[in-house]
Amino acid sequence: MSRRELLVAVLVCVAFALLAFLPVLPNNDMLMALAVPIAMYTVLATSWALFSGPTRYISLATAAFYGIGAYTVAIGLESLPYPVLLIVAAILGGVVAALVGAATLRLSGVYFVIFTLGLAELVRQVVTWFQNNFTGTRGSYVFTDITEAHIYWQLLALAFVVFLIGWLIGRSRLGFAMRIIGDDELVARHVGIHTAGAKIALFIVSGAFAAVIGGVMAPRFVYIEPAIAFSPQLSFMVVIMALLGGVHRLWGPLVGVIPFTIAWELIAAQFPSQTVLLMGFAFLIIVFFIPNGVVGLIENAFQRTRNRGGREHG
Amino acid sequence: MEIIVTGIFLGGIYALIAMGLSLQYGVARIMNLASGEMLVAGAFAGFWVYTAQSVSPYVALLIVVPAAFALNWLIYRYLMLPLVRRAKSRGHLEVDSILATFGLSFAMVGIMLAVFGGSFFNYSYLSQPVTLFGSIYGLNRVVAFSVAVLICGLLWYGINYTRHGMAIRAVSVDPDAAGLVAINVTRVSTFAFALGGAVAATGGTLLSTFLTLDASIGIIFTMKALVIVIMGGVGDIRGAIVAALALGLAETFVATVIDPGLTLAAAYLLFILILLFRPQGLFGRRTS
Repeated sequence: MSRRELLVAVLVCVAFALLAFLPVLPNNDMLMALAVPIAMYTVLATSWALFSGPTRYISLATAAFYGIGAYTVAIGLESLPYPVLLIVAAILGGVVAALVGAATLRLSGVYFVIFTLGLAELVRQVVTWFQNNFTGTRGSYVFTDITEAHIYWQLLALAFVVFLIGWLIGRSRLGFAMRIIGDDELVARHVGIHTAGAKIALFIVSGAFAAVIGGVMAPRFVYIEPAIAFSPQLSFMVVIMALLGGVHRLWGPLVGVIPFTIAWELIAAQFPSQTVLLMGFAFLIIVFFIPNGVVGLIENAFQRTRNRGGREHG
Repeated sequence: MEIIVTGIFLGGIYALIAMGLSLQYGVARIMNLASGEMLVAGAFAGFWVYTAQSVSPYVALLIVVPAAFALNWLIYRYLMLPLVRRAKSRGHLEVDSILATFGLSFAMVGIMLAVFGGSFFNYSYLSQPVTLFGSIYGLNRVVAFSVAVLICGLLWYGINYTRHGMAIRAVSVDPDAAGLVAINVTRVSTFAFALGGAVAATGGTLLSTFLTLDASIGIIFTMKALVIVIMGGVGDIRGAIVAALALGLAETFVATVIDPGLTLAAAYLLFILILLFRPQGLFGRRTS
């Protein structure tokens, strides 16, 4: 570790430690109402970008994994302790990701997008059908003594873990392989990288995180039914935020999550019926004007001023 | 028997919708995820013309087809073409076009929600019974199926036996090579994209005569069309027709025998089987 990396690591730890004190501040209702979604989307968007950033495979499966996690907790709450359920959720999310990845990631990106697009709806139909025919009840209640502050701390811890894992992957052989795959998959295959295996491995990581988040958020719902747990909007929100921030840096999605969540909460409260339209415009603006995200814009501007400076001196 | 006939009726219209998408993806190279919304817009037009003007929805096609053609022309010209020019590779264009058409799809859903509201809409048009092979079917389904078959036939003839169709096929095989033999690739792509949009809207008007739809249902039809296009092999019309009929049959079978809530699951089961065993499409040849 270089001195600069050490400094960044210390700063990140300090930032997380400070953020952990947020719930004990007085009069923090407004703040917490924003902090929980921001923390949630940070984990979701960062883990999404771990997979989709280097490969450019747009995954729309977040809602499916999230729903699986939420359902695991809702159903299992009476028979198993809560922490065990989160682990079960992670394993289930990982297994589903592995199956989906094995079926689609050997092929071109379009198949993957289409498949993940319908995955949440597919799982929702199957769960609904199963509950209608075999258990008799549609939804389930989630009663716990977990408070908003507990959820926030869990999310914060997950955010720390996701950054740590992202940093470790970036330094590992797997991260190096992913960067080569992202640049040119043919080259990657020729230098002996098991491309499908690498992609599936990262997709599992991102699926497991989304499932755990679903499990963590489940107590907030109180009542869970398939239409709520598998709402496809979540997948698109995650994609928008990650792309808005920029997916080629580990901290890129964070830059998108914070402003977008705040703006979204404000706007959605004002015009609740226009959210779909807004989401459409957000997508269009990102594709046409900020294809590399805000981070890309900043880096470009930085590069340009530095070049100009160089020419003046030289 | 009843399942088979109903399935084929549904499949005929799916074939039409899939052909629209196939033109847009196979020729213009745009994976258009807003194609379902174009369909719903066509359905709304049929609904509006019938309930407000009490004119047959088939007359509405006279407006729907040129309007959808013009709208899609503009979409390709002003939204997609910059992406095509910017893209460094085909994969790059795919990602960009997927994201852009997602945006378009949401924007259209938002506009339709604002204009028509979020409720389900349907109307009863030609709902007289017809007896075929000893069972009873709605006349509206029979008519819609016949029109879909007619349009599919026209498209098939146009693409395979006219000079313009040959240019379209050339671009679908290789846009760069097509440019070398003096085909205006941009114009052909724009035309194919616009035509595909018009076909999707037509499919919507046909569907609206017998299905209940709402403003946000487009994505379901986009998914079905995508599954069909991939199942049949990109750019393969014969494959798309077979795949559409297979999907129509599978959905009708699952809806009647197991549970009507599982139709998408049925489509996905077919999709997974195809991805696992014949990713190049039903009749496609392995390329690499």
